[in-house]
Amino acid sequence: MAITATVNGKPVSFAGEPDTPLLWAIREELGLTGTKFGCGVAACGACSVHIGGEVVRSCSVPVSEISGKSITTIEGLASSDGTLDKLQQAWIDNQVPQCGYCQSGQIMAAHALLKRTSNPTDAQIDEAMTNICRCGTYPRIRAAIHAAVKT
Amino acid sequence: MADNPALDIEEARPAKRKGVKRRAFLIGGAALVGGGIFALKMADSNALSGAIASTTKKGEGSFLAWVKIAADDVVTLYSPHIDFGQGSHTGLAQMLADELDADLSKIKVEQAPLEGGFANVALGRYFMKEISGAPALFEAFPTSWISMLARSMPLQLTGGSSALRATGQHGFRLIGAAARLALIDEAADRLGVPSAELTTADGKVSHTKSGKSLRYGELAETAAGRKLSPSPKLKERKDYKYIGKDVARFDIPAKVNGSAKYSIDVDVPNMRVAALLMAPVRGGKLNSVDAAPAMAVPGVEKVIKLDEAVVVVAKGYWQATKGLQALAPQFSDGGHGALSTASIFATQDKLNSEGAALVAPAGGKLQKADYKAPFLHQAMMEPFAMVAHMKDGKLEAWGGVQDPLSTRKILASAAKIDESAVTFHPMIMGGGFGRRFPDYMQIIPQVAEVAAQCDFPVKLIWSREQEIQHGAYRPQVAARMQATLGKEGKISSWANDYAQNGDAGPEGKVPYSIPNFEARHHAYISNQVDAFWRSVNASQHGFFNESFVDELAHAAGKDPYQFRREHLPAGSRHLKVLDEVAKRSGWSTPAPKGTARGIALVESFNTIVAEVIEATLKEDGTPKVTNAWAVVDCGTTVNPKNGAAQIEGGMIMGLSSAIGEEITLEKGAVVQSNFGDYPILKLADAPPKVDVHFIESGASMGGLGEPGVPPAAPALTNALFALTGKRIRQLPIRTQAKAETTAETRA
Repeated sequence: MAITATVNGKPVSFAGEPDTPLLWAIREELGLTGTKFGCGVAACGACSVHIGGEVVRSCSVPVSEISGKSITTIEGLASSDGTLDKLQQAWIDNQVPQCGYCQSGQIMAAHALLKRTSNPTDAQIDEAMTNICRCGTYPRIRAAIHAAVKT
Repeated sequence: MADNPALDIEEARPAKRKGVKRRAFLIGGAALVGGGIFALKMADSNALSGAIASTTKKGEGSFLAWVKIAADDVVTLYSPHIDFGQGSHTGLAQMLADELDADLSKIKVEQAPLEGGFANVALGRYFMKEISGAPALFEAFPTSWISMLARSMPLQLTGGSSALRATGQHGFRLIGAAARLALIDEAADRLGVPSAELTTADGKVSHTKSGKSLRYGELAETAAGRKLSPSPKLKERKDYKYIGKDVARFDIPAKVNGSAKYSIDVDVPNMRVAALLMAPVRGGKLNSVDAAPAMAVPGVEKVIKLDEAVVVVAKGYWQATKGLQALAPQFSDGGHGALSTASIFATQDKLNSEGAALVAPAGGKLQKADYKAPFLHQAMMEPFAMVAHMKDGKLEAWGGVQDPLSTRKILASAAKIDESAVTFHPMIMGGGFGRRFPDYMQIIPQVAEVAAQCDFPVKLIWSREQEIQHGAYRPQVAARMQATLGKEGKISSWANDYAQNGDAGPEGKVPYSIPNFEARHHAYISNQVDAFWRSVNASQHGFFNESFVDELAHAAGKDPYQFRREHLPAGSRHLKVLDEVAKRSGWSTPAPKGTARGIALVESFNTIVAEVIEATLKEDGTPKVTNAWAVVDCGTTVNPKNGAAQIEGGMIMGLSSAIGEEITLEKGAVVQSNFGDYPILKLADAPPKVDVHFIESGASMGGLGEPGVPPAAPALTNALFALTGKRIRQLPIRTQAKAETTAETRA
């Protein structure tokens, strides 16, 4: 039986096995490839998405658990007229991404942080931003989060 | 930019061949790479006209294939380098725009097509120049890299921090300058005025006296047919409009909204997804496997046996993974089942002590220390993934690689078809760091072999576990350092015996004036691949050398910064870099309570970098970096904000490896398997910000992608010595801290 949910505001149904990780359902069934595969064990955060506004690592959430829930991926962060979220804009302004592969996840994690804590301290950023970036963009991620708060 | 290279434009023009003799002369006795580069240089007339024909339509003008100007004024720059976030495409465009006097917003960067004519002549020329008579420059490239280069011909290679300093400096600036002169001459003819009365700016040629002007787009087609100047004068620093400016990188907008497509994102109709399991011991083979349990998993369509792996092809990646998990393949160990990290270090130590006994440093007080650095994985965030489709004897493939041309060659050979039957689409990469040199990418032949057995397109994805365990690692190295302190506490001799697969060459050198310096390589070859890793040997040897210099400073009772100063020539670039980092970091003032600072200076890829790291220790005995400074002299900085990003990233990768990373072997197989036991530094432990400062010395241009890495590890361990009095001589720090905690618990 297909599992139904909402992704980026649109109703969707997943036909695969219920134990399929949400990551692969999003990527392979919906074709939304902005959410990335990095480790498969919830260690790196490249697959971060929002479920009901909370950030989760979608490689470790089976689709059976998302029935009826509202999911947001990086593709759904900008407003419908294409205006970027303030974090996306801050990422550009601060020239954050290098290879860019982890950045969807980083932005989703930062977005969830700002939702909880509108003006986070460095210590709160340390605690919330646990996604891996191999290019070493961390100082710019931190700067971009602080910059986004001011906009 | 002091180096003003001449462009052998005439040689590269289709109708001319007179450069051959000079090329042969230039190559001289350079047997090492002679064949490869000669072949590259010979890829001239047919290949060049082919390249031009493949990209240029009527009304457009192509300048040596690399730059095309269309009637609508759009300038296309064909880059032979892949931009995986290092910003080379933007930097190359800045360099071209300045020499061409083009409007940067009209420059479009495209990946150079896979044509022989788009083999990177500028890079080849750069190497040839170095090989043929500029030893100082030659030393800026590691020996291992050059021999690899020779094997990889024809090249479209990205690596060695070479894009701007080689391809930009020796390619696009010259082509831009020569094209500008041709555009002026063309305009002079059309306007009937002398060339000397014409000026160029923003993609236009103007005649001030008459007030007339012509757009490049109007002039390009015919201008491209003119004879190009072989040695156009390059602009001086004061005339740069774009070089040295913080131009926003072209690739970033697509990387904040999920739209950037990496090879793992490629989707073609009717595609299946494959996952694989390789022999745990490198060199091992697949002996047998019963495919039935996998075939019983829903969604699984095929089980394919490769020489060294079993592959499961399914509707999706999850199903392929479940199929793999159902299998019990039997692998051989290729005779390497006894190998371990300890056994490798034991052999390396033996080689070093034998070597060290041959010649001992003479004179003064002898200092001695053994250093060790483990195998490291590049751990790029995107695991290997490629798509391939074999149809009617032709192969079409997609992938993120650091050399598309040689990838095509490997695909053809694995699929047992002619290279002309292979279409390869290079994709952007989720990190490379040396892992994506085609020679080391097992996935390239694998995907071709899998595609050859399927009548549909297949995307092969490596799991993180397979990636970590079957990498092409930075070499494991052991070194025995010996030195003597002579008069006034200065180093009177230095001998470094080190054992690893290849000779580290210039990367094992130090910038200090030492009367008797010797670095002796002892070849140790294991079954592991001796591969590349951001800055490769400069990182292990930078750690050894800069830690040992610190030890010598303390033995001499001197401040580590002052001690280094005393060994650098007055007025040297190295000294300026060192002094500047000391000044900016407040070296002479005490570090905040509970923290300490360490300093290190390493030159690599023709760029001098000094770093100061301020760190503290956490309860678990691992460090947290609290502050960081870097001062860099790469001659000229093309895009400072992006250059700083490269230095920040390099430093953080160096810190990450020093703190947590190691690949170890037991019974021939890699122990680590994912980010849990191969931990990458996270934001909380990285420096909150990095103070990066460039010294614009104007010296011959150096690279920026890698030189930020080598000073980071020793600057950190030197800081920890200042903090705790304990010298760290083996990386990573985490393992050392853990060993100590265990010992304390036992006590």
